[in-house]
Amino acid sequence: MLAFRMPEILSREEVERIAALASLELTEAEVETFARQLGEILEYARRVQQIDTSGIAPTSHGVSTAPLDRADDPQPSLDRASVLPGAPDPAQDAGLFRVPRVIG
Amino acid sequence: MSRTIDLRTIDGVREAQAAGISSTDICSEVFARIDAFDRDLHAFTFLAHDAARARARELDTNGASGPLAGVPIALKDNLCTRRMPTTASSRILRDYLPPYDATVVRRLMDAGAIVAGKTNCDEFAMGSSTENSASGPSRNPWDPTRTPGGSSGGSAVAVAAGFVPVAIGSDTGGSIRQPAALCGLVGLKPTYGRVSRYGLLAFGSSLDQIGPITWTVRDAAVVLNVIAGPDPADATAVDIPVPDFTAGLDGSVSGLRIGVPRELLREGVDRDVLTLFDAAIEELRQQGASVSDVALPHAQYAIPVYYLVATAEASSNLARYDGVRYGFRSSKANSLREMYRRTRDEGFGPEVKRRIMLGTYVLSAGYYDAYYLKAQQVRTLIRRDYDRAFADVDVVVMPTTPTAAFTLGEKVDDPLQMYLADVFTVSANLSGLPALSVPCGFTPAGLPVGLQLTGRMFEEGTLLRIGGAYERMTRWYDKRQPAPLEQALAARVNEPDAAQA
Repeated sequence: MLAFRMPEILSREEVERIAALASLELTEAEVETFARQLGEILEYARRVQQIDTSGIAPTSHGVSTAPLDRADDPQPSLDRASVLPGAPDPAQDAGLFRVPRVIG
Repeated sequence: MSRTIDLRTIDGVREAQAAGISSTDICSEVFARIDAFDRDLHAFTFLAHDAARARARELDTNGASGPLAGVPIALKDNLCTRRMPTTASSRILRDYLPPYDATVVRRLMDAGAIVAGKTNCDEFAMGSSTENSASGPSRNPWDPTRTPGGSSGGSAVAVAAGFVPVAIGSDTGGSIRQPAALCGLVGLKPTYGRVSRYGLLAFGSSLDQIGPITWTVRDAAVVLNVIAGPDPADATAVDIPVPDFTAGLDGSVSGLRIGVPRELLREGVDRDVLTLFDAAIEELRQQGASVSDVALPHAQYAIPVYYLVATAEASSNLARYDGVRYGFRSSKANSLREMYRRTRDEGFGPEVKRRIMLGTYVLSAGYYDAYYLKAQQVRTLIRRDYDRAFADVDVVVMPTTPTAAFTLGEKVDDPLQMYLADVFTVSANLSGLPALSVPCGFTPAGLPVGLQLTGRMFEEGTLLRIGGAYERMTRWYDKRQPAPLEQALAARVNEPDAAQA
């Protein structure tokens, strides 16, 4: 029933473009696999395009009531000393996250 | 004197306590069982030996109070626990220690629970089998060659194996209900907004809910009482009254109207599952419920809609894992951009990358309207179908899954086939409606099957009442146990104060 194999609709170039947008560095093999698998999934997902949705508002979340606002009172947040140790390269003394060089 | 400790239910813990067995000894029994069986089953990714023992001692000294006093629990590893590893079974969060507890964790602790450890799951809750975990799959206690389901598979195993009576999972497209069904347990996805998501590592923010996995409906109700309610830290946790969910459990189903979306069950449902499902409907009818067919014409599109919406949200939510603030960073990078890319390449597993890619694609220029916006519109239609059905019936029932537990490795190389296994569960997340899975028997091969009840917004009480009535009639949980639990129940613990260390 569903064990179909549709022709791929994603090119390698498209996969590489998406990977760049998502900050993912893919291996050659991953590009190959994703082009095929994502193509199959999108082919399957295309069935939603058959439905007439003219005039139908999109639903972005399941909340049925207005989101809850809390009073706009300043509250203490997590302090730096407790947050920094979770980072791979914290600069504890400076209270900063250390990262590799940004500009050449 | 010696006795067995029945760790299947909160009542079992209460009975042990009443017999004079201390929280410390109950804790020792939990870890003894885990030591004996979890090497094979892999429910847990982290055991909180020291914290649990310290907490048990504190409860023994100061006395325990609260609805979960002294009850050992397990937490899915995508729930933040202060100074306790929280990895979402991902390499990218290896060794990450959150600086705070999720609201749900805080509420469970305040109710007296003892956290035994963190449970295995599909990486960032993306999957239906736990095979996407960076630390390897969990195994189903009913048949260790099979998956316990996912993504909250480790949580289901921890309960099904008799390690703890309560485990907490998260459900974005069925990740509580499906593993509960495949492991013969009760699993509840509350209404979107019923439970705070603060401290849950986000996957699909408009779909995620936290809920319990237990042996009995009563225990699920007890846990929901503890975790439900508004939270200043989550604007989507709705401020509406939280009733006592245990209050209506003894009620009957007489007069209740049950809807069956028969059209949806015509194809792709295993014959054994359908037989058990029909028997369950018949049981409810005999108890006085009225049963009618309902139409959910757009439910057949739920899978594509779900995988378009959920991956779009995931691609955005997972942008934060870049090697700067948490856990893992690639050591092979010379610039910031290279560090982002390599960290994400080495840190994420294949399914997470696949979903980030898919989500990025459907949100990208030129595809947004055709895929993402279209999916959101069909999402509206799926919700309208349910609203229409609920004009005529009180609950909609269907099997939780189209098959019983599948074999490990069976679907792992075919993502689309894996996605299709979520066919009956994703609609509740897309619509926000509450849904409960309760055991409804065993296939001829001895594998458990689940019955899913979906109700109106915030009417978890109705689901629990029907589930409770059905459970009283059938008592599946008393009929068979998986082998590890049978062995644990046969082992006797000396009382009082002499459990093995």
